[in-house]
Amino acid sequence: MAETDAQPTIATPRIGAIARHWRLLAGLTLAVIILSVLFMTVGAKGDWSFVLAYRGKKLAALILIGFAIAISTVLFQTVTGNRILTPAIMGFDRLYMLIQTLMVFFIGSTGLAAQSPQVMFLFETAVMMLFGGLLFRFIFTGAVRSLHLVVLIGIVLGVFFQSLTNLMQRMIDPNEFAFLQDRYFASFNTVETDLLAITALILIAVSAIAWRFLHVFDVLSLGREAALNLGLDHKRAVTLVLALVTLLVSVSTALVGPVTFFGLLVANMAYLIAPTYRHAVILPVAALLAMICLVGGQLLLDHVMSLMIGLDFGANLAVIIEFIGGIVFILMLVRGAAR
Amino acid sequence: MIVINNVTKRYGDTPVVDNVSLALPPRGVTALIGPNGAGKSTLLSMIARLLPMDHGQITVDGMDVVETASDRLARRLSILRQDNHVTARLTVRDLVSFGRYPYSKGRLTTKDNDHIERALAFLELEPFAARFLDELSGGQRQRAFVAMVLCQDTDYVLLDEPLNNLDMKHSVGMMKLLRRTADEWGKTIVLVLHDINFASCYADNIVAMRDGAVLHQGSPRAIIRPETLKDIYEVDVAVHDIEGRRIGVYF
Amino acid sequence: MIRALAPIAVVLLAITSLFVGISDVSIAKLLAGDPGGRATQILLISRIPRTLALILAGAALAVAGTIMQMLARNKFVEPSTAGTFESASLGLLLVTIVAPGAPVFVKMLSAALFALAGTTLFITILNRIQYRSVLIVPLVGLMLGGVFYAITTFFALRFELLQSLSAWTTGDFSGVLQGRYELLWISAGLTALAYLAADRFTVAGLGEALTTNLGLAYRRVMALGLVIVSLVTATVVVTVGMIPFLGLIVPNVVSLFIGDNMRRALPWIALTGSGFVLACDIAGRLIRYPYEIPIGTVVGVVGSALFLVLLINRGRAHG
Repeated sequence: MAETDAQPTIATPRIGAIARHWRLLAGLTLAVIILSVLFMTVGAKGDWSFVLAYRGKKLAALILIGFAIAISTVLFQTVTGNRILTPAIMGFDRLYMLIQTLMVFFIGSTGLAAQSPQVMFLFETAVMMLFGGLLFRFIFTGAVRSLHLVVLIGIVLGVFFQSLTNLMQRMIDPNEFAFLQDRYFASFNTVETDLLAITALILIAVSAIAWRFLHVFDVLSLGREAALNLGLDHKRAVTLVLALVTLLVSVSTALVGPVTFFGLLVANMAYLIAPTYRHAVILPVAALLAMICLVGGQLLLDHVMSLMIGLDFGANLAVIIEFIGGIVFILMLVRGAAR
Repeated sequence: MIVINNVTKRYGDTPVVDNVSLALPPRGVTALIGPNGAGKSTLLSMIARLLPMDHGQITVDGMDVVETASDRLARRLSILRQDNHVTARLTVRDLVSFGRYPYSKGRLTTKDNDHIERALAFLELEPFAARFLDELSGGQRQRAFVAMVLCQDTDYVLLDEPLNNLDMKHSVGMMKLLRRTADEWGKTIVLVLHDINFASCYADNIVAMRDGAVLHQGSPRAIIRPETLKDIYEVDVAVHDIEGRRIGVYF
Repeated sequence: MIRALAPIAVVLLAITSLFVGISDVSIAKLLAGDPGGRATQILLISRIPRTLALILAGAALAVAGTIMQMLARNKFVEPSTAGTFESASLGLLLVTIVAPGAPVFVKMLSAALFALAGTTLFITILNRIQYRSVLIVPLVGLMLGGVFYAITTFFALRFELLQSLSAWTTGDFSGVLQGRYELLWISAGLTALAYLAADRFTVAGLGEALTTNLGLAYRRVMALGLVIVSLVTATVVVTVGMIPFLGLIVPNVVSLFIGDNMRRALPWIALTGSGFVLACDIAGRLIRYPYEIPIGTVVGVVGSALFLVLLINRGRAHG
């Protein structure tokens, strides 16, 4: 027992910790700003108004996506009490893709052309909230208790949604599908810029709600029983968080399509550099890190890598994220992080 | 006073707690004893509204635990379960501070800080206050969680096998501490115990359960007797009076 | 009952497979002497090879999955949950980049070599896991497959081979013609070899200590199994593309009826595998007639759904 001979440390590091967190947040914010300026200006040729408008949209998309994925992942992990499970790994992105495809299947391209992308997006998000809620209930309130089982079911569900999406896409008239694929399904390269404004509004609303519930998130991270003991209406709090998460997943998938591992990477990096339970710190740290990774990564791929090796890596950010993310996930499993 | 009325809990078709009615007096230490699977932990969880019951009613000082707002109950009654696994990296002080959440909702006042200091001091945790939970030994961590529920400053404190995983020294330390809490702070402590001799030496009141039912309730003197213990555990226990305490020998 | 019906069902499926398609090939027409000889020609060049390919691939993949489950001692392992499929397609892609004109047999060998390396890496990782649970095994395998797939996609993007990659990763029998499926006979030979070695795999499934105790060289059985699995996977990927979850679903279902003694179970597993693939392929040809839906897509839906059922039942059973 080390109790008797332990160093009697003075128990007031709180001021120091808070100052450290402020410095960290300030540093990360500065990094995002610098990277953004670089992103807008490096290697720009020709008409500036065009370059700024084009890059501005892309930058805005990257920042919004980073924010959405980081916040949704950290909140999801707080509620589920582990650090390996994320909404994307549970197949939520894929569920959104499936809903999108079903929409095309049942409404058809003529019907779709009559709707504005914003209206479609809101409708799909509403459907997503419904089905996402059902899925959560099934996974987290059923007889399934082992974390490995939940993760595996989630991954296979993702495969199932993906296969069903493929099947439905094949069922759509091939000509119609080719036409729709370009303007309807987003990816990192074809960011859906029509939705930027509505996404920004949603994220501001989510942030406002999250701000009010920061302490509730802190209590949730203690687990169900401790949270109940402290008088939290656990069920309601969890429902609220999962609703926010589903909304954020819809937003990010609508903008760039599914990205399985990015949330996992960002959340765990955040836990690493800001080892605190306080969501007032961990949420902004994760969001800023996500922005740095996306903007910095894209900058690196667009300019540095292509100059260095003479390759056009522009298309590969998503692939690189999957590659690194998969390896990190395996390492976490090997080390026993998912017990 | 905790009043339990005709409470039943089933898992599938098997009743784990079978139509139990019981009144636990305020103040002092009450020990729940009985063999594995008797329903002790389940009953404790239902009192603390962690588990829903299938039938019956439980009130704490007249408040129905199902009906009463959870945060109101959290200022009256606290519970500590056996396995307290927290994924978030918390320091001891962070954890203890959470005990004030029912009052402060996360914004600590000076009064809250006084409570935190008092709980840390009471459990002799000041030297470790800034350490992370995963840097502590099992006994220290257990004390940190107890400090958190004491910091919650509720009239009723429920503990599910608080001696689990503790060695002899720490077990005795924990029981002395809980006894002091009951005596000095005027709390009602209800705990599940496996060692009948700890129950005999530290409890004011013993409730013995088996197969989901309450078999006996009474003072240690009334319960720690060969025929009663045989009835509860189906084991022959010789009971000796040693320095005014009843000690069961069953090896 | 099932034992008598299953072979009949597979034969019926095979016959159905011969007569489903856009071109008019029917029994009546053939019996009428096939004026013009066109129906006979289609039957010989396209329908019979396709049906044979389905039977061979289905049997071989189901048996390969069973061997992997024995060796890994885990019911949830098969080529698509161990990185085998993905590493095979990486090997195929690399050889296509380096030597685009190489004969198909060489490409198959390259795919097999990579499949062997990928699966060995999978087993190496498994042995390093500290808290090994039954479910962590397929979890690691699926993730490893994802990593291989990311590498493959990276190169495919770079060398503009995404089209070929998607052909290898989505099983499709619509391109099977006489002269373009014969590689699958190799996997038939491997399936027979697996049957001959069945007892060894059953013993190896009991663990290294028991295997050695029974006088068998554990490592050699292991190596034999991995080589068979890699070669089968490679031939299937090269000729028709990936068919996910087949090797997982079939052995698990058969084991419910027949048990896990491999010598007894293998013929049933091969038969059921063939039947499953035939049924899915016929479904793919009919769902959106006259268009064809690749079997990989159909099996993806059916296979992952059945996999989920297996997992959820397990969750219920073990709580």
